[in-house]
Amino acid sequence: MFELLGISSQALFGQLLIGLINGSFYALLSLGLAVIFGMLNIINFTHGAQYMLGAFTAYFLLRYAGLGYWWAIIIAPIVVGITGIIIERLFLQWLYKLDHLYGLLLTFGLALIFEGTFRNFFGSSGLPYSVPPTLQGGQNLGFMFLPNYRAWVVAFSLAVCLSTWFVIERTKLGSYLRAATENPTLVRAFGINVPRMITLTYGFGVALAALAGVMAAPIYNVSPQMGANLIIVVFAVVVIGGMGSIMGAIVTGFGLGIIEGLTKVFFPEASNTVIFIIMAIVLLIRPAGLFGRAT
Amino acid sequence: MKRLFSLTALAVVFGCGCAQAQYTDGTIKIGVMNDMSGTYSDLSGQGSVIAARMAVEDFGAAAKGMKVEIVGADHQNKPDVGSNVVRTWIDVDKVDVIVDVPTSSVALAVNEIVRDKNKVFLVSGAAASDLTGPKCTPNTIHWTYDTWALANGTGKAIVKTGGDTWFFLTADYAFGHALERDTAAVVEKNGGKVLGKVRHPFPGTDFSSFLLQAQASKAKIIGLANAGADTINSIKQASEFGITQGGQNLAALLAFITDVHALGLQTAQGLIMTEAWYWDLNDANREFAKKFAPQDRGVHPTMVHAGVYSAVTHYLKAVEALKSDADGKAVVAKMKEMPTDDKLFGKGVVRADGRKIHPMYLFEVKKPAESKGPWDYYKLRATIPADEAFRPLADGGCPLVKS
Repeated sequence: MFELLGISSQALFGQLLIGLINGSFYALLSLGLAVIFGMLNIINFTHGAQYMLGAFTAYFLLRYAGLGYWWAIIIAPIVVGITGIIIERLFLQWLYKLDHLYGLLLTFGLALIFEGTFRNFFGSSGLPYSVPPTLQGGQNLGFMFLPNYRAWVVAFSLAVCLSTWFVIERTKLGSYLRAATENPTLVRAFGINVPRMITLTYGFGVALAALAGVMAAPIYNVSPQMGANLIIVVFAVVVIGGMGSIMGAIVTGFGLGIIEGLTKVFFPEASNTVIFIIMAIVLLIRPAGLFGRAT
Repeated sequence: MKRLFSLTALAVVFGCGCAQAQYTDGTIKIGVMNDMSGTYSDLSGQGSVIAARMAVEDFGAAAKGMKVEIVGADHQNKPDVGSNVVRTWIDVDKVDVIVDVPTSSVALAVNEIVRDKNKVFLVSGAAASDLTGPKCTPNTIHWTYDTWALANGTGKAIVKTGGDTWFFLTADYAFGHALERDTAAVVEKNGGKVLGKVRHPFPGTDFSSFLLQAQASKAKIIGLANAGADTINSIKQASEFGITQGGQNLAALLAFITDVHALGLQTAQGLIMTEAWYWDLNDANREFAKKFAPQDRGVHPTMVHAGVYSAVTHYLKAVEALKSDADGKAVVAKMKEMPTDDKLFGKGVVRADGRKIHPMYLFEVKKPAESKGPWDYYKLRATIPADEAFRPLADGGCPLVKS
């Protein structure tokens, strides 16, 4: 077809598709972070560790309970979500009135504890987890070979992201949540149990991270480091999208995945840093992020 | 008066007759530095500290009246962190020898520091053959393996069986570059062609984009010039994208038994790799593995761990013979003068350029049906004799070698 800077169009489309797939992980994770920050004003550094916990739960379910991938997709987010709720009740609820930095320090410390504990027991090379039999194999699209599992990842992430956005922005429950964040006292006066809402929201954000972890388990290594590598990039995505904006996190996640994919084709050595370069530029031009509201 | 004086003189003479060994600080301090928490922590990590401890015990240091202390540190695969640790160790903690140090960029930095401070550097984990080439020093011995030996083993074997077009997936730092350079040289020397290469950031997570480029090149062999978790992920994702079904083969240029364990035999079967040591090769190795594994979460020793054991053993022998550990150059010269002999590597020798010589082995990963249990992963395909396994002394470009 056509050639662009020495790369054939076939190779280019293949890389764009890969970028989209990676972008779906960024989108899922940054969605959880954006929900937690937007609703709770907590910078949840434990997000990467909770992503890792989701993958490990899937591994344990397979290894010790014989429950496969489809069970894990439902059970793991619930289990890790519950641990998230415990964390919120035990630690985070005391920090809402304080500076953001305390929440950041606490969650960062928790992340180090989780990762260190798992690394102590499981090492760092990772544990095997295979693609579920129904999703193995792939389609030859002509310009590339697309594994079925990766196609599923894009489709499912998109569905989850859009339904979350819909619930928060367009339903009554979502409007209670948004109101409770802006003015908790007034909302409480209306008889709505605000602390319980906040707890459940944190649990939901954590469950999203765990869901991303389960989806990552078959293709990336199930290792204690998997979250640490990803979390910094996800934070950059959330900052670029705007810290409180749900749609911003989703759009930026997919968009940056594609840009990173293109960088891997034209200048692979920079693929680790391109997202941060974009973040620096965006912060200079629009400090609140692309979709964020200036507070 | 005169009699008293002569008697006293006699006593002093006899008193000084037996020379006491003078170790700096009274202790021989061994510093084991490697990646304790990241990509390379399973193949080296805490296991290397365990191996060093076992070496000291088996040497019988306590019985010989030698006080030996072992300290460990994490360099996190960063040259600046590694350099700081080594400087503090040498200046403040009086460490006499640095052992292991995987991650070639860190090893090359430590190489310079140890030479400037005249201590000893025994490299087991790092691979870059530059350590016995242009960057060789009189204070460093490269013990276990290097990129040239890997290229010569795996690269040559694969080209000879028909894999004559290559595409490299390289970790973008010193080790990856060295391995790619040495393997490309071997491929071209044996009649093959390098069709292209792509460099991925180190450490990486997702290799799908790079694998896609490798697929598009239509090279018969995709050479993975990376290690540890990077290699594991590359192989996993390659099988996902149907690369082997499409007729291309992967060459894991540096793979350890811990990688195969993480991949599982189903994915890893058929992989060909070159290693310097395997726990199931003979009885001495098996006995070592049996003692080592319970101390390291059941993980069986890799060639890096065995190299640490062997290097520490030989170091202690040299220090015992010299009765001193103060002068790094002198200790290394003694280590080069004495032939090596330990229960893991058998008899060997350390060359003038600091290269330890021993046979290398070409292994193939067993099929799941062929394995009798966990860690029973390799079958031996060939033994490369010691005099062929490493780069010839004259070819290295090491300033210590007089041509």
